[in-house]
Amino acid sequence: MLRGTLTGLLVSCTPSNTSETLVLTGSSTVAPLVSEIGQRYESQQSDIQVDVQTGGSSRGIADARSGVADIGMASRDLTADEQDLTAHIIARDGITVILHDANPITSLTDAEIMDIYTGEIDNWQEVGGEDTSIVVVNKADGRATLDVFLNYFDLDSGEIDADIVIGDNTQGLKTVAGNPQAIGYISIGTAQAGVEQGEPIRLLPIQGVAASAENVANGTFPLARSLSLITSDNPSDAAQAFIDFAQSDAVHDLIEAQNFVPVNQRSRD
Amino acid sequence: MFRLIKGHGTDPFSWNIDTLIGATVQTLAIISGLVLLGMILFLIQESLPLLNQISLWQFLSHSRWQPLDGEYGVLALLIGSLLVTLISVLVSVPLGIASALFCHDYAPSWLANLHRRILQLLAGIPSVVFGFWGLVTLVPLINQWQPPGASLLAGSLILALMILPTIALVADSAVGQVPLSYRHTAASLGLGRWATLRGAVLPSAKSGILMGIVLGAGRAMGETMAVLMVSGNVVQIPQSVFDSMRTLTANIALEMAYATHTHRGALFVTGLLLTLMIAGFMIILAIARHREVLRHGR
Repeated sequence: MLRGTLTGLLVSCTPSNTSETLVLTGSSTVAPLVSEIGQRYESQQSDIQVDVQTGGSSRGIADARSGVADIGMASRDLTADEQDLTAHIIARDGITVILHDANPITSLTDAEIMDIYTGEIDNWQEVGGEDTSIVVVNKADGRATLDVFLNYFDLDSGEIDADIVIGDNTQGLKTVAGNPQAIGYISIGTAQAGVEQGEPIRLLPIQGVAASAENVANGTFPLARSLSLITSDNPSDAAQAFIDFAQSDAVHDLIEAQNFVPVNQRSRD
Repeated sequence: MFRLIKGHGTDPFSWNIDTLIGATVQTLAIISGLVLLGMILFLIQESLPLLNQISLWQFLSHSRWQPLDGEYGVLALLIGSLLVTLISVLVSVPLGIASALFCHDYAPSWLANLHRRILQLLAGIPSVVFGFWGLVTLVPLINQWQPPGASLLAGSLILALMILPTIALVADSAVGQVPLSYRHTAASLGLGRWATLRGAVLPSAKSGILMGIVLGAGRAMGETMAVLMVSGNVVQIPQSVFDSMRTLTANIALEMAYATHTHRGALFVTGLLLTLMIAGFMIILAIARHREVLRHGR
């Protein structure tokens, strides 16, 4: 997969007729958000053009280091040998495990969730629920939410024994809302919006931490990751200005529209 | 080239108009043909990177689809598409033919017209509405009976509902085109209503009904959104109608946005496969109609 994303090159171009172009490359999870932010930035700063290309977090980090891109985009934390770079977190992406409201279970351990998703446990009775089979709802391969889930539980997509595979978060929400035996995982933004609209679902805590946007933003919710802009330790003025804009209140609506959680955090080494 | 089409009128003015219209119509027809040809060429071009890596046979004969591990086998998806099409056709054909016969021979004309209007309305409902209804109503119902609910059965029933209007309306018009003399002859032989239908009307309307069935089957095979929402999408060869399964179209829709390189190529091969299968349906239809024309001379 890494090889695929490294070599992958999907270019989203805008016509070049302005003086300065900021090139951003990297994670396909962050790219749609940064494209939106870039469009708003362009409309406010007519002399800057933002060019967003995807190709995976590793490519974004490599490009930021080599200078091929002004800014890299990453949906994972920097590793030990990438500490020469700086990650500027613009948003966090948290996902939560959801059940139907009629299911009496209010919490599951990580091991139980893992066993349910690998098919070791296939009846709710085994984790203290009713004597009914478990309907495992999983995401289709390639979805960012699946990546976060697999990474956190250290699973391979081939190990998951799913009953239903879904595409987007809303479909996951509707599937679990219509099935008292189902277990699924979706982005916290979508899940909370669903609960507010009266959908019969319950958000489970992970490791005892409640699934809420606040806990995702402050970093205590474990099933989450940071979406960052990556630069060398001394970014250019234009790059720094864009990062400041991406971390400002002015883009919160764009972040929330993509089901991510704004953080408003200063740069982190 | 445009001289092929020539007006029948002797008056030079009408000849000019006909030439102009003929040329326009011909150009537009050629453009639509070229668009299709271009799409097929594009599909082939995008498919090549993958087909250079694995053989077409390997692609078709393996049922493991794990793009993250580089395994591309569409057998389970292919079987899923064929099964869901087959079952939906089996469900909707008897209903469609019954509806056509009902309109022509059993219902009073006001009821027949109302029935046709309802079928036309059903044909106009967007597929995503069917899918959504299936997801919030049909799937939970099946789940109470046989979990997980999202299954081959749910997909087939939704599709049957979607293609029913096509099959029923085409069968209706085919039954309507049966010459009145057939009915009169049958009546003069003292045949009852059902005997007339079975012995004279249905055989005569056969090719029209078949056309409706193939059109319906083509729509069922190409349908994406509704199937994706209700059939569970697990890549496996279903062992029963209650098992979850994924179709070729749902697979493209689920993974397209995130696919890169060989994975993307594999999805394009899937698209090519679908196009060829639909083309196969159309060829079967053409052959069937050709035979029919030979036999009946009309």
